[in-house]
Amino acid sequence: MLKAVKALFQRDRRFLFGFIVIAVLFVGAVLAGFSPHDPRLWNVVPRDLPPSSKYWLGTNSMGQDVFWQALWAIRNSLVMGAIAVISSRIIAVAVGLLAGYRGGLMDRLLMTVTDSFVILPLLPILILITSIFKSRLSVTSLGIVLGIFGWAWDARVIRSQVLSLREREFTYTAVLSGMSTGKIIFREYMPYIFPLITATAMNNMLWAMGMEVTLAVLGLVSLEIPTLGTMIHWAVNSQAMLLGFWWWILTPVVLCVFIFLALYLLSLSINEFLDPRIRVQRLQGIKG
Amino acid sequence: MAFLKRYLLPRIVQYLVVIFIGGTLIFIIPRLMPVDPVQQTLERITIQGAFLDPRAIEQIREALLELYGLKGSLTEQYITMWRRLLRGDFGPSYVQFPTPVMTLIRISLPWTVGLLVTTTVLSWIVGNILGGIAAYYSTRRWAQLMENIAMLIRPIPYYIIALALLLLLAYALPVFPVTGGFSIGRRFVLSWDLIVDILKHAFLPALSLVIVGIATWFMTMRLLVSNLLAEDYIVYAQIAGVQDGEILYNYAIRNAMLPQITGLTLSLGQIFGGALITETVFSYPGLGTLLYSSINTGDYNLMMGITLLSVVAIATGVLLMDLIYPFLDPRIRYE
Repeated sequence: MLKAVKALFQRDRRFLFGFIVIAVLFVGAVLAGFSPHDPRLWNVVPRDLPPSSKYWLGTNSMGQDVFWQALWAIRNSLVMGAIAVISSRIIAVAVGLLAGYRGGLMDRLLMTVTDSFVILPLLPILILITSIFKSRLSVTSLGIVLGIFGWAWDARVIRSQVLSLREREFTYTAVLSGMSTGKIIFREYMPYIFPLITATAMNNMLWAMGMEVTLAVLGLVSLEIPTLGTMIHWAVNSQAMLLGFWWWILTPVVLCVFIFLALYLLSLSINEFLDPRIRVQRLQGIKG
Repeated sequence: MAFLKRYLLPRIVQYLVVIFIGGTLIFIIPRLMPVDPVQQTLERITIQGAFLDPRAIEQIREALLELYGLKGSLTEQYITMWRRLLRGDFGPSYVQFPTPVMTLIRISLPWTVGLLVTTTVLSWIVGNILGGIAAYYSTRRWAQLMENIAMLIRPIPYYIIALALLLLLAYALPVFPVTGGFSIGRRFVLSWDLIVDILKHAFLPALSLVIVGIATWFMTMRLLVSNLLAEDYIVYAQIAGVQDGEILYNYAIRNAMLPQITGLTLSLGQIFGGALITETVFSYPGLGTLLYSSINTGDYNLMMGITLLSVVAIATGVLLMDLIYPFLDPRIRYE
């Protein structure tokens, strides 16, 4: 595992960029804990000040320090994304393993349900859910809701991997030598499945955080919790652009661009790393 | 017959399951609501100051229960919902009472369909062609430039791109009208002017959709084609001296087309959810705006109607796709 990460660092500048951005933001998210103000309170600093040495990113019309607000937003968005990723990974791995390993009727049943979730238009359904629970949705519960809906495609990926693993010789050896199913799955299969889990996790995080921004922009999440989405929502709805408070609107937008780009590049580069065919081509491309 | 049973039957079952799951979700979700919509509406009426005697309140409550489909036990409500749906009746809108939800949807639908079908198909065609070419000539500088641009646009939330375009081309350089689907006060008499007006208003939303669409299709197509280029038959064709253009169009792009066609159906099906963000940002009078206003006014019937319609539309799209797929992919036909 460590070796793989090291190889990625050396070979792929995109991985390096993505990793550094995420690492910096992660540090920022931790630093949010040292914020001098409660991010939910209004009027803790003078309003509408441009960036200065005292307020690094200025202040907004609600009397909040944009810099600390942004750190909180990163923290909450990342936590929300992580919860969504973890909960959807649990469902995806369980469904994928069960369907792939058991096969037969179980496989057909589970895959029919999975395919339905792939096809279902999630945005309107999520809108229905969030518009009902709106202010009751905390960062955690929003993450879980997104997790419940975001697992389907990845379950399919994991299933097809398990399906091919099941036909491999070492599975027969393990079964015939009396290894228990649990052991086969965790000892023998996990090393193959784990990279898939990581690669799909990046995409899922991207999706979950993008969905949060969309829902927040529409005003469908609890608006007093600072996230990237709610920051944009407040700035846009308070006419920050027309009033010329560029630091207020630009901060979350630029952060969004960086986070999404970083996650996307990470997922691209991990996927390529896992798919030797693409890797070979890239090397040829560099040579040519 | 065997083909019918092996290929067609599972797909029709899948179709029904999707609609069943979608419908059930949409049935359950509002019932998880901690507040009682009937009670809420009644409170709204009494707060407005009217004094009603208890019997009138009871009558109103009955009427509201009926209207919201909340009458009887859960099972009865569930059956009522499906019966209504099969008739294509989503009930009346709560806010614009008593206009049926279906009528509201029918007014907005043409706007959305017009805008999204055009942009989806256009960006699909352009994105696929560019993606194929860029993958084939992946070592050239212009191909790498195109890839980098697409890579930059692709992960950015669509909302931010739309916002940037709006700021740039409507506020900063006022080339295009800021909002709406047509000039205010214009009468709908078919004329050249009207068409120009509608097109002009649709341009910015269309542009934002096309930019994002092209980037997305470009990236997937590039990946697909560059995977195909490593296949033996392509290498053989190159060694045999088949011309580049022919290899690209007849060997690579044609094969990469199949998953892309599936993708196109899926995204065409998404249309019925309305390009929510596009329409909200540009105040375009389509399904998305309708959905947005239903969110803001708490018009659950309308929200459920649009959601269900998009479930049915997307499932139907996928089914239709599955039905024509054997004509496109000979491997399925002869298997």
